Amino acid sequence: MTALNFAAAINQALHVAMEMDPTVICYGLGVTDPKAVFGTTANLEARFGKARVFDMPTAENAMTGVAIGASLGGIRPVMVHQRLDFFLLAMDQLVNAAAKWHYMFGSQCSVPITIRLILGRGWGQGPTHSQNLQAWFAHIPGLKVVMPSTPEDAKGLLLASIFDPNPVVFLEHRWLHNAVGDVPDGDLRTPIGPLRLARRGGDITIVAMSYLTVEALHAIRYLETRGIDCELLDLRTVNPIDWPGIYASVEKTGKLLVLDTGYGTGSVAGEIIARVAMERMPSLRCAPVRLAMPDVPEPTSFALTQGFHVRAGDIAATVLQMLGCELADVAEKLPEPIPHDVPGSWFTGPF
Amino acid sequence: MNVDLALRLLFQMQRIRRVEEEIALRYPQNRMRCPTHLSTGQEAVPAAIAEVLRKDDFAVSTHRGHAHYLAKGGNLPALIAEIYGKASGCSRGKGGSMHLIDLSVGFMGTSAIVGNSIPIGVGLGLSAQLRGSDQISCVFLGDGAIEEGVFYESLNFAALRCLPVLFVCENNLYSVYSPLAVRQPSQRSIAGMAAAIGVAAATCDGNDALACYDQLREAVAHIRRGNGPRFLEFATYRWREHCGPAFDNDLGYRAEAEFLAWQAREPLARLESRLLAADGSAAPRIAQNLAAIEREVLAAFAYAEDAAFPAPEAAFQGVYCE
Ligand SMILES: Cc1ncc(C[n+]2csc(CCOP(=O)(O)OP(=O)(O)O)c2C)c(N)n1
Ligand SMILES: [Mg+2]
Repeated sequence: MTALNFAAAINQALHVAMEMDPTVICYGLGVTDPKAVFGTTANLEARFGKARVFDMPTAENAMTGVAIGASLGGIRPVMVHQRLDFFLLAMDQLVNAAAKWHYMFGSQCSVPITIRLILGRGWGQGPTHSQNLQAWFAHIPGLKVVMPSTPEDAKGLLLASIFDPNPVVFLEHRWLHNAVGDVPDGDLRTPIGPLRLARRGGDITIVAMSYLTVEALHAIRYLETRGIDCELLDLRTVNPIDWPGIYASVEKTGKLLVLDTGYGTGSVAGEIIARVAMERMPSLRCAPVRLAMPDVPEPTSFALTQGFHVRAGDIAATVLQMLGCELADVAEKLPEPIPHDVPGSWFTGPF
Repeated sequence: MNVDLALRLLFQMQRIRRVEEEIALRYPQNRMRCPTHLSTGQEAVPAAIAEVLRKDDFAVSTHRGHAHYLAKGGNLPALIAEIYGKASGCSRGKGGSMHLIDLSVGFMGTSAIVGNSIPIGVGLGLSAQLRGSDQISCVFLGDGAIEEGVFYESLNFAALRCLPVLFVCENNLYSVYSPLAVRQPSQRSIAGMAAAIGVAAATCDGNDALACYDQLREAVAHIRRGNGPRFLEFATYRWREHCGPAFDNDLGYRAEAEFLAWQAREPLARLESRLLAADGSAAPRIAQNLAAIEREVLAAFAYAEDAAFPAPEAAFQGVYCE
């Protein structure tokens, strides 16, 4: 065990994978530059050489196709983009080729590629540097979609993604990069699929993903002081989704709140609520609720992002309402931090 | 030398420089809270553009768009207010530094996604052609953008339909911290490739405002006569960090010697010394210009800093046109 931050855990996973398997390669814009994609690709080029670790042209679509072709030829590419938004240029290769290849050609070959995408937020990232489009990827049969929230899971899920025989979209929230946690040394594989029970409780099931797991924990700590006992499920992966894990919790608590970092309409949260309603209606003792981003592009202005995101205070207030409790001092105890547009003092912009 | 022209070019460059450097100075106060890409060192091309385009011509640009916006005649206080996230910003605080627009002068928008605005500029050219207008559309792009597939697709269509589009590529040798050497084959010129696609192309010293002016004026005349698109590649250099206000040579991605060599070919001082050599009596006019710029820029910042933020509900308005 070593205490690492999320970015360092990713870096360690890449080192372990490249050390273990000489077919693993790593490329993307800035992978070998001095900032090393927020430190996540640090020292890879020095250790594994220019043939396996390289910068690339600003050509997301072609370089995704190149990864697909390389994977068909026996290579395991790990590609990274500093924002999910930049990768939208590559939806053709991802959706029409990577996601289809194994099925379309009768299961004769597969596409073991890993695409790391960073989800931006804060400091005026604005409409095209902050999109959380996990629902787009989760919608596509043939893709796996991973959204870790802890350093340990970042490492274990990235290693599992790299050695999975399928295309995996690995989504890293920029506000998690500096979160610190204990990470097991060496080769760590966290299976893609099972959720993580982040906190056991009996009053309500909260399902969260990625950065919202952190906000949920703040809310739960406050709710504890109000005598409310929440169960927190960290999804870990949004395709596949761990249905038995969610159902078991809902059967126990009878109440479901789903948190989603993406737009509400067409969201993963919506899918979860639909399935739970279809499969476990008798267990539900109140209407399920989701907290997601409004169906609005994220504005840039500091003033316009105030109160724009789902925060611990919103989560706690929603739980109180679902349980029929007074809001009482929730707004005072869980105000939006000031300034609201940074995850901590370590984040000073501009990117 | 045309002294009046040189003075105007110098004025444009000094104004752009002063704006960018004031942003760099104040950015650390943490009141401009959005990713911001400065054009310090790259003033010559936009200054020349200011001279050759008409107000009713179109232009689109990139994440590094302040200078292009100003060159096209974009409103300065509205630019600064936008970077401060204010309601009176040119995009009402929705877009920030990377999303600038001023419809009153044909500045049709900038994009934070590399290559994104190239086909949009081509489409604006198509609109001019379809309306039988003699407007042209100017597409600003960087050396990184030519690596996107959409670049080739857009030039192909512009050439195919003989569209009135001026492609202005500012080759500053880097895409973020990635030098050309890791992105494009050496010995292959960007202009040569544009020509091979079928768009008449040339290269130019992008730090020599008069040379930029000559080439751009000729290209604009060619396009306006209905002869189809033109592509110009300008060699230039960004001084400050890719994104943000600081200098970043300490990171080690580029050599200090390279930086100093480009600084020695600095566009403002170069033009100023030539101008003064040609006409020693220009000095007081230059001084007057600088004083006027100083007043204008400080007033724009005062305006932006005092301006009101948008009301919170504005965040939820404007997703659709009603
Ligand atoms: C599609 C896409 N890929 C990557 C990025 C990240 N990015 C932002 S600016 C930039 C540099 C582009 O270089 P260039 O076109 O030469 O413009 P310059 O910054 O040098 O003015 C990159 C890669 C992006 N914004 N969009
Ligand atoms: Mg460049």
